Amino acid sequence: MAIIEAPEQTGPLALPGGPSVPAVPAMGVFARPGQTKGWRSWVTSVDHKRVGVMYGTAAIFFFIIGGIEALLIRLQLAHPNGTVLNAAQYNQVFTMHGITMIFLVVMPLGAALMNYLMPLQIGARDVAFPRLNAFSFWCFLFGGLFLNTSWFLGGAPDGGWFAYAPNTNPVFSPSHGMDFYALGLIITGIASSVGAINLIVTVINLRAPGMTLFKMPVFTWMGFVTQLLIVFAMPVITVALFLLLFDRIFGANFFEVRAGADPLLWQHLFWIFGHPEVYILILPAFGVVSEIIPVFSRKPIFGYPFMVFSGIAIGFMGWGVWAHHMFASGVGPFSVAAFSVSTMFIAVPTGVKILNWVATMYGGKLRFTVAMKFAVGLVAMFTIGGLSGVTHAVSPSDLQQTDTYYIVAHFHYVIFGGALLGFFGGMYFWWPKVFGYLLSERLGNWHFWLILIGMNLTFGPMHILGLEGQPRRTYTYKPGYGYDVWNLIETIGAFVIALSILVFLYNIVKSRAVAKRDNLAVGPDPWDARGIEWMIPSPAPSHNYNPVPVITHLDDFWHRKYGEDERGRPVRIAETAEVVQDGDATGVHLPSPSYWPIVIAAGLPVVAYGIIYNIGLALVGAFIVLVGVYGLGLEPSTDPDAGHGPAEHHDETPPPAPAEPDKAEEVAPA
Amino acid sequence: MSTVESTAETLRTPPAGQQHGGHHQPQPGEHGWTQTGVSNEKLGMWVFLGSECLLFGGLISTYLLYKHTAVQGPRPHDLYDIPFTSVSSFVLLMSSMTMVLALAALQRGDHHRTRVWLVTTALLGATFISGQVYEFMSFVKEGMGYTTNTASSAFFTLTGFHGVHVSIGIVMLLSLFVMSLRGRLPQEKSEVVEIVGLYWHFVDIVWILIFTVVYLIP
Amino acid sequence: MSTPTTELPRVEHEHTHPSDAQYMLIALFLAVVTGAEVALYYVNMDFLPYAILLSILMVVKFSTVVMFFMHLRFDSRLFRWVFVSGLVLAVIVYMVVLLTFHVFNGRV
Repeated sequence: MAIIEAPEQTGPLALPGGPSVPAVPAMGVFARPGQTKGWRSWVTSVDHKRVGVMYGTAAIFFFIIGGIEALLIRLQLAHPNGTVLNAAQYNQVFTMHGITMIFLVVMPLGAALMNYLMPLQIGARDVAFPRLNAFSFWCFLFGGLFLNTSWFLGGAPDGGWFAYAPNTNPVFSPSHGMDFYALGLIITGIASSVGAINLIVTVINLRAPGMTLFKMPVFTWMGFVTQLLIVFAMPVITVALFLLLFDRIFGANFFEVRAGADPLLWQHLFWIFGHPEVYILILPAFGVVSEIIPVFSRKPIFGYPFMVFSGIAIGFMGWGVWAHHMFASGVGPFSVAAFSVSTMFIAVPTGVKILNWVATMYGGKLRFTVAMKFAVGLVAMFTIGGLSGVTHAVSPSDLQQTDTYYIVAHFHYVIFGGALLGFFGGMYFWWPKVFGYLLSERLGNWHFWLILIGMNLTFGPMHILGLEGQPRRTYTYKPGYGYDVWNLIETIGAFVIALSILVFLYNIVKSRAVAKRDNLAVGPDPWDARGIEWMIPSPAPSHNYNPVPVITHLDDFWHRKYGEDERGRPVRIAETAEVVQDGDATGVHLPSPSYWPIVIAAGLPVVAYGIIYNIGLALVGAFIVLVGVYGLGLEPSTDPDAGHGPAEHHDETPPPAPAEPDKAEEVAPA
Repeated sequence: MSTVESTAETLRTPPAGQQHGGHHQPQPGEHGWTQTGVSNEKLGMWVFLGSECLLFGGLISTYLLYKHTAVQGPRPHDLYDIPFTSVSSFVLLMSSMTMVLALAALQRGDHHRTRVWLVTTALLGATFISGQVYEFMSFVKEGMGYTTNTASSAFFTLTGFHGVHVSIGIVMLLSLFVMSLRGRLPQEKSEVVEIVGLYWHFVDIVWILIFTVVYLIP
Repeated sequence: MSTPTTELPRVEHEHTHPSDAQYMLIALFLAVVTGAEVALYYVNMDFLPYAILLSILMVVKFSTVVMFFMHLRFDSRLFRWVFVSGLVLAVIVYMVVLLTFHVFNGRV
């Protein structure tokens, strides 16, 4: 940076404008963080890729917790009159299992992939608001941890993840568990909403030149629709959670029936959020599958416009079906009929996707890598879950199915068999891009087959049990109903799933160890893939692209490698090495790391604890948040004193003259 | 070299020396560049305001559901002082005018006017809040507290959320005022004021909704 | 295959902002409408026409502030899209909820 020019170039509000701007001295108390290695570099990082990795790591951590909760449930239900958990404990375990898996596992896994990939797939260097992105992650992490401390502070939430009022009032849920529920989900909701604003602005504004909306990869499209769903749905559950919180801590009357309140208000508000929420869970996984299948079929996605429009349709229509969760709640026949019809319609765009994935594979040169297996697994398992979903849409049959294990079967097939399998596939697929080495295919195969068999053993029989009448959300069942054998099989299946997860974790550890030992470095494009994220080195360099690519095609990277012969078959026109970027970061300005995101995020659980226990503590937390917000707002997004990327080239301006020439000689290299 | 590569070459981030001194349009990959030409921050604020519609919609709906279900105690409609609230509404409406005048002043480079209008907006907002506080206290004195009945809970929650939003807005306005005093709000940064203004106007239009739907329509 | 341009069009504010006097006129208009609303409150009339009239006045004020003070009329369509989406979604979804509760037809 030239010191020859006027001193107004320094200072936090320095502008690239002219000398009319008066000199403004820096205001900070603490120096801007500048570490690039070690835990501090992660804590202050604003790099979307690091944020994505952290989301993924946290999600896997919470997945283990949620999985243990699942195993406890299955142990309790393995035999009639189970004694592993009493009713009160069971209520907490199944509530936390649901909350954890939905809010702390599947959503963050989607966030991990979306945060890592969306800027890369649109050719951007980072998201629109990198520091807010870091804040979103820490806010989610602290919210999830806060929620889980309830186990040690008098009891976890016990009203089900759906928390129907008035069962959640202090009379029926006397511990602080439901307060942790409300506050914990408000905190994680803030994380999701801020993240959604970030990614929406990113997709609209930061696409590389030539990257029109209809040249974006399907994954980015699905992610974009997901973020729009998040930003509009989160406020609705936020309202519900505040109403619940105020009922519990102030004695408000929102769900107090004796005061004239209507518990259905909770159900409506919850499910207006809750239904878009399930599309929030599944759309990113649909996007993952839409990236994997074309690569391992060596064919472009079949019907790209249909894939995009069906995703948009799902986003729209998802708002019109929420009361199908309330068919048995007394909303009245007109509402039931209307929502039954709208729910049947929403099966159509998903069916379009299933057909298009299959059509992509048809006639393609198929390679069944582990990633491909998981992708195909999603297609198969989600179809099963979708079919049971169609049976729920028909309200007369739903009245038989509701509150039975048939519903439990449905949503596990779509969330576990759908979202989770899809995300595992995504992990295997993009692992080399993120970390620079491949996960073992051999161990991955064990992972895949074990989890596929395990999940079908666990959730398949639930269809039967549900139709035979086993109610859900109950801590045990009596012998003599014919439930015993299937429940035992389901429990065995759950342990098979657990084994598969152990294999997966071992795969991560082993593959990394092998890669380090043998100094393996996978190149930029191990799969011969299609998207531009495969055009940069692996692991992806911190600046992503240099130069920013100019896009001319959907699957632009593929078209740089391959042309077509007269019969439309791919013909190699350039070696991968000629087309990929070299990772040179010359002249690139990156947004600087910052402390403030984690500071602001840390204040929020303090406020939450304060609301539950001590108002003074809440004020302390609010003060931390306030200080953090001002810190973030007043600091420039890019530290003007930072360097210009790893390789500094100053062609025209001489390097700054050292203040003390003697010192320069003293520090001459040894 | 292919056309793509030669075009890409010209987009390689220019050397650092060219980036300071003289007005510089951000290039792709640089801070501030957007494909659409609209600023990230402004778009972000509009997205946020879109989501806030869902928040206030939920609170207003809750009130509409419960306004007639009170089983005991006075209901909000029994206690409204419409003339008083009309004045409050007028005050908030005028604050939107002063807000936009503050923005216009900064866009002209008139820093003194900017500060005058910013402070006036904050003061009008504070007047509105004082009016709310007075109104709430008189309701409580007349027997309608937060937990008296469903209608009162819904009323105070809705107006309370709105009041908190206004208060946060006042804090932002005063922060802008202080920034301007210290020379940290130059004409080139008028977009910051514009974005705070968008938030402020939104809070005003929510009140336009509340005044009609909650107060005026029985 | 067309060569993409490297110079992207910048969206400039080509229109002139309303002057201070024009803003004050708009504010005066808003004040008059508010006055009309309050005046209507004191008129003895049937509920339905009253509610409809007030709602119209409310929408007029709402739109005026959004279009002129928030500048949505003159700004990029993108802003209009995201804001109106949220607004329309909220209105529809919550109307449906309230209809389910029969708020508009006979609920006490």
